Amino acid sequence: MLVEAGHFALALALGLSLIQFVVPLWGARANDPVLMTVAPASALAVFACIAFSFLALTSAYLNSDFSVLNVVQNSHSAKPLVYKISGVWGNHEGSMLLWVLILALFGGVVALARNSIPMRLQANTLAVQAAVTIAFLLFILTTSNPFTRVVPAPLEGQDLNPLLQDPGLAIHPPLLYIGYVGFSISFAFACAALIDGRIDAVWARIVRPWTLGAWAFLTLGIAMGSYWAYYELGWGGWWFWDPVENASLMPWLAGTALMHSTVVMEKRDALKVWTILLAILTFSLSLLGTFLVRSGVLTSVHSFAVDPERGTFILGILILFIGGSLSLFAWRAPMLRQGGLFAPVSREGALVLNNLFLATACATVFIGTLYPLALEVLTGEKISVGAPFFNFTFLPLIVPLLLLLPLGQTLAWKRGNFLGTAQRLYAVFGLSLLVTVALFAFAYGGPVAAPLGVGLGVYLVLGSLNELVTRSWSKGTPLAVAWRKAKGLPRSTWGTAIAHAGVGLSVIGIAATAWGVEGLGSLKPGERLKAGDYEVRLERVIPRIEANYREDVAVLTVFDSGREIGTLETMKRLYVTRGMPTTEAGILTTGLGQVYASLGEMQADGSIGVRLYYKPLVLLIWIGALVMAAGGALSLTDRRLRIGAPARTKAAPPAAVPAE
Amino acid sequence: MTRKQRRLTLIGVAGCVLAIALGLVLYAMNDTIVFFNSPADIQAKNVQPGTRIRLGGLVKDGSVQRGADQRITFEVMDAEAVIKVNYTGLLPDLFREGQGVVAEGVLESPTVFRADSVLAKHDENYMPREVADTLKKQGHWQGEANAAPKTQ
Repeated sequence: MLVEAGHFALALALGLSLIQFVVPLWGARANDPVLMTVAPASALAVFACIAFSFLALTSAYLNSDFSVLNVVQNSHSAKPLVYKISGVWGNHEGSMLLWVLILALFGGVVALARNSIPMRLQANTLAVQAAVTIAFLLFILTTSNPFTRVVPAPLEGQDLNPLLQDPGLAIHPPLLYIGYVGFSISFAFACAALIDGRIDAVWARIVRPWTLGAWAFLTLGIAMGSYWAYYELGWGGWWFWDPVENASLMPWLAGTALMHSTVVMEKRDALKVWTILLAILTFSLSLLGTFLVRSGVLTSVHSFAVDPERGTFILGILILFIGGSLSLFAWRAPMLRQGGLFAPVSREGALVLNNLFLATACATVFIGTLYPLALEVLTGEKISVGAPFFNFTFLPLIVPLLLLLPLGQTLAWKRGNFLGTAQRLYAVFGLSLLVTVALFAFAYGGPVAAPLGVGLGVYLVLGSLNELVTRSWSKGTPLAVAWRKAKGLPRSTWGTAIAHAGVGLSVIGIAATAWGVEGLGSLKPGERLKAGDYEVRLERVIPRIEANYREDVAVLTVFDSGREIGTLETMKRLYVTRGMPTTEAGILTTGLGQVYASLGEMQADGSIGVRLYYKPLVLLIWIGALVMAAGGALSLTDRRLRIGAPARTKAAPPAAVPAE
Repeated sequence: MTRKQRRLTLIGVAGCVLAIALGLVLYAMNDTIVFFNSPADIQAKNVQPGTRIRLGGLVKDGSVQRGADQRITFEVMDAEAVIKVNYTGLLPDLFREGQGVVAEGVLESPTVFRADSVLAKHDENYMPREVADTLKKQGHWQGEANAAPKTQ
């Protein structure tokens, strides 16, 4: 019964979205405040309906209701509770439901923020948001209904794909979707500005927190996905330049550019048309990511079902929104008042360079990801574009950007002085050069890229800290005064510095992977395997039986230069229902580095294949991403973003209670 | 600086960055791209030894031999040809005789391939898509009937 109600609520949400789309648009055109206020009300109602629908599906999973096809295909009564909940979005239908749930959630939040957003802008934005919701609700209802029943109901389900039975599934998709879908708000605001034909610094101030929030979540989502792939796939890699990963990297790059260009627009009232275009492109890339991942164009754990009808539908949505918004842009953008130009050597000039490099880097990823697909469609030739391509094209565009980053961050607005700025960074240049040279000497004969990369990372971290220090301390200032000054700096300055330092930390972690070592061998109990200074001894292999899988656990003792530092367990699992084997890597963290072991197959002579890695500083890759997101979050709390937007005047209360 | 100069600077810098990026992309397209071939393709297209390719096909039944230190040889076949593959490393969980596989590496001679990675980018229900397409083209596709998930 609840299942049917959930299905009905979804259909109801579709109807309400239609209202949310048509009425406010009309109201904004006719300048009718009553019609415009339909927008927030209907947005909240849509959210309530979709939330109910999502809860209905969740309850079907919790109760293992095997009369629902979706539950049969992706659940099992013996599955642990946490995977019953996360399994709701561990499949195509449920994940699309989560997609629209987040879409509606954002609509609801915009609806509640009625005091900080001008009424017309809010009405138009929510209307555009409703258009996106309509498209995806139609997609779910017509091609991917999660509430389909099966008669007769089977007694047991087919279990969730074992690769997805991991705490990562509970965290990675929601974070990623909040990021992806969060950019739909920037997109909706951009379209609303185009519809209205008006855009100014206030627009930028309203849009910026949304972009910032979406960006922070996307950063976390990508980092989480990367860490998950690192420990689950057992290959020891953290980024494979796989099309599925690129699909999330592209909106991230475009979103990073958007975040920076809105700053220019807010502060200097420039780059308006570009910012609008970037907002449209960022969400378009999010949609493209959804299409690539969900349509079955690419084979991966992410493509749950290969159904041409669904692929075509998402492609249609893609074409409709990207084509529609770009046409709207082409039609209305020339009517927008152009922003001013500015001096090349200035903070805004540096931010333009940032946008240029990020957009170009994004374009190379786009080409590398889509070229193989296009070639296959056009000629039937199958190629793979892998890490060498991206290392060759992406890195030369990102490294100059990172080298310029601390300079740009230090430059003044309007008219900067390049030499003066460079002078403020002398200490930073010197120190990071020293670190690089020292690392060269220390790891002589090792890979050249590692010390250079770590030096670059150190330069970024120091450059960010330098900004905070020079803004609050100069020679002769007592420390207490400097601290007070530092505390008085705007939160967004702190946020910027922290996020940039996070980039530096990630760069250090990435560069240090070049120092990683590995070993490979077949071990019998008691035998040892070496990787650099680290060594493991296979103690024993023991079978273990759990609720929905059985596994062989290899227990390894880890030695660092002959000294025992701990044990780790790595397993070969067999998930009984699907008959699918998986390998669980064993990881021992030492400081910021990790000893990582992964199992091969059991040999006839009783030995077992083991691959062992030592990865120095590898945790910094993800810690850096966490720090970046934390910087974004801190920036969000800046008081500039909370107040200062034109407040809507409240209706004056009646002067006196009329006497009866 | 006049307005015109400022605009020209901006366009100039943007042009340079874009030109460099385009150059890098074109160069990398020539140099780093790896073609997918089935054993029959290697013969038909006369792929030269030393070329880096992705090889896809079925692992021949009974061909997997394990040597010391995880040195493994197996044979990849399609309907028309067989290639011997040498590989050192751990095989993916879904590697099995009689099933599809994709290996990336260098062709050493027209019939011997040295793989540096063996991929299993498919779950238990799917063939690697490339392999399935090749088999379909050669008319040996037997459908997913035997690989389909067991229903109750």
